[in-house]
Amino acid sequence: MTPSPNYGATVELIDVVKDYAGHQALTGVSLSVRPGEFVALLGPSGCGKTTALRALSGLEQVNGGSILIDGVDVVDVPVNKRDIGMVFQSYSLFPHLTAIENVEFGLRMRKIPTAERRTRAAGALDLVGLGHLAGRYAHQLSGGQQQRIALARALVTRPRVLLLDEPLSALDAKVRVQLRDEIRRIQTDLGITTLFVTHDQEEALAVADRVAVMREGNIEQIGSPEELYTAPATPFVAAFVGLSNRMPATLSDRQVTLYGETLGVLGSPRVNGRANGPVLALVRPEDLLLVPPATPGSIAATVVASSFLGSLRRTRLTLWDGTLVSVQHAVSEHPQPGESLGVRLRGNAVSVSGIDG
Amino acid sequence: MSGVRPVGAAPGRVARTVILGVVGILFTIPIVAMLEFSLRNLAGGYTFAHWAGVFSPASTVTYAVVFTGLRNSLLLAVVTVVIILVILLPTMILVQLQFPRLRRVLEFICIIPITVPAIVVVVGLAPVYSVVARLAGSSIWTLAFAYGVTVLPYAYRAIQSNLSLVDVVTLAEAARSLGAGWASVLWRVILPNLRRGILAAAFITVAVVLGEFTIASLLNRVNLQTALVQVSKSDPFVAVIFSLLALAFAFVLLLLIGRLASDRRTRAQKKAS
Repeated sequence: MTPSPNYGATVELIDVVKDYAGHQALTGVSLSVRPGEFVALLGPSGCGKTTALRALSGLEQVNGGSILIDGVDVVDVPVNKRDIGMVFQSYSLFPHLTAIENVEFGLRMRKIPTAERRTRAAGALDLVGLGHLAGRYAHQLSGGQQQRIALARALVTRPRVLLLDEPLSALDAKVRVQLRDEIRRIQTDLGITTLFVTHDQEEALAVADRVAVMREGNIEQIGSPEELYTAPATPFVAAFVGLSNRMPATLSDRQVTLYGETLGVLGSPRVNGRANGPVLALVRPEDLLLVPPATPGSIAATVVASSFLGSLRRTRLTLWDGTLVSVQHAVSEHPQPGESLGVRLRGNAVSVSGIDG
Repeated sequence: MSGVRPVGAAPGRVARTVILGVVGILFTIPIVAMLEFSLRNLAGGYTFAHWAGVFSPASTVTYAVVFTGLRNSLLLAVVTVVIILVILLPTMILVQLQFPRLRRVLEFICIIPITVPAIVVVVGLAPVYSVVARLAGSSIWTLAFAYGVTVLPYAYRAIQSNLSLVDVVTLAEAARSLGAGWASVLWRVILPNLRRGILAAAFITVAVVLGEFTIASLLNRVNLQTALVQVSKSDPFVAVIFSLLALAFAFVLLLLIGRLASDRRTRAQKKAS
C-alpha cells in the first residue's frame, strides 16, 4: 500500500461544543492538526477526548463550532461521507465476514471492482502483517490480530484522516506496545493525519508528534511530549503527565522557595489569581537527588520503600516535615527501608499549584 | 473445600442423566400413548389402517376440513412471521441503535401478552375483529393480527437474546465510518449477525401458530387445531395422527434452530482450517 495524494489532510476543530442533556462534554474545543501529523488526545475518563474524536468522525452531532477537513466544514456531512478511517476501542470486526471480507467492506461500499478490491485488501492485510490470516473469522483471531485487521480495514479506503479511539486498551501489555509501535510505523510510512485517543500517558508520549491534554471538555495544553513533560502549562498537566511530588513551597515575585531553595516557576506565575503565598511545588522524581544524610543543603529524609523498575529504581521517602516524596535514581543505589538519607533538589524551575491541589 | 460443587456449576454425569431421563419420560409417555392409540384396531390388536387412511388419495376428501385447517394455519404462520419481521424486528433494532432508553418499555410491552389469558384476549379482540372484518374482510389471514400479538413475547426473547450477544451499535458505527449508508448497515451488517435470532423467532412463531386453538375457536375460524377437534368427534384416530404429525413438524423446526447456528460455526472453522 503506497501513500495516496489524499493522505495528509489538515484538521481543524474551532470552538466545538457538545451538550448531552445539560452536561457539556465539549466546552469549546479548538485544535489544529497539520497534514501527516500524529496527535494524541490524552486525559482522564470523562474529559471529552472520545467525544471530540466522535464529533470529528461525524458519529456525534456537535451543538456549536466548526470542524474543517482540508479547509472544508464537515459539520453537516454524514459520517459515511466524511472519508475518515476509524478504529474502535471494542473489537468491531464484522463477525459474519472473514478478515479479508472485513477489509474489503469499505471498498465494496465505494463500488470498487472485485479484482482491485481483492488486491487492495490483500495489500492492507500484508501491511499489518496478517496476510496469512485472510480467511479467518473474528472469533478465530486474538484481540491484537482483530485490532490489526481493524486498522487495515480503516486504512484500505485511503481515508483523509485516521481516528483511533483507544484501540489498544483491551489488549495485554506486551501486545499493546507492539501494536502501538506498529501503528506509529504505518502512520509514518503512509503520512496519514492521525488522531489517537488514549488515557495512557506513556502511550501518548511514546507515539504522538503532539499531545493534547484534555480536562473537563477542553484542551488544557497541546505540545510535543517533551514540552508537556518539561514545561507543563498548568498544574493539571504537570500532575497528569508523568509523576510529580507535591512539596510545600512559598510563591513570591515569580519565584518559588521550597526547603530553602529558590527556583523559577514553569507556566503561569500566579496560582488561583495570587502571585504570592503558600503553594505546592510539583517536582519530578528525577529532579530529586539522594545524598548522604546531613549533606549541606539537603532535606533530611527516611526511606519508606524502594522499587526496582528495570532500568532505574524508585524510592519513597518521608521528609523531616512528613511530606512523602518519590525519588528516581540509578539501580546501583540500594536504599533500605528505615535508612536516613538526604534529598536535594536539582533543576531550575518547577510547576506550582494551589495548596488544595 | 473439595467435594462441594460451586453454585451455578454444570450438573454431574449422574444428575444430568437423571434430569434428562425424567424430562424425556415426561415428554415421551404422551407421545408414545398417542402413537399406540393411533395404531389400535377396534376389533383388537394393532393396525396401520388409520395411518394408511390418512395418506390415501381419498383422505383429501374425507378429511377436507383438516387439510383446510392445515392450509389456513400455514398461511397464518407465514403472515404472522411477516408481521414479526416487518414490525417487531426493525423496532427492536431501532431501539437498540438510537433509543436504548426505550429498551425496558419495549420489553414490557412485548411481555404483556403472555400475562393475559387467551380467553381474556379473545373477549377484548371480539369487538376489534368486528372492525377488522369491516376494513379487511373476514378472511382467515386477518387472524394473523391477533397471532402477531400472541407471539410477541416469544419472538421478542428470541431476537433480544441474539441482540444482546452482538454489539450492534459498534458494528453499525464501524460500517458507517467505512462509508455504508443505513440500508447497507442493516442489510450487510446487522441482519446477517441477527440471523440466528431471526430464524428462532420465525420458527417459534410458526410453532405457536400451528398449535393455537383458543383464539381461532372463539372467533369461529378454522385452523389446524380447530379442525382436529372437529374431526376427533367423528374419527379420534385421525385427529391423533394429525396431532402427531404437527408435533413432529414443530419438533423438526426447533431442531433446525439449534442446528443452523452450529452448522454455520462448523463451516467457518472448516473454511479457516
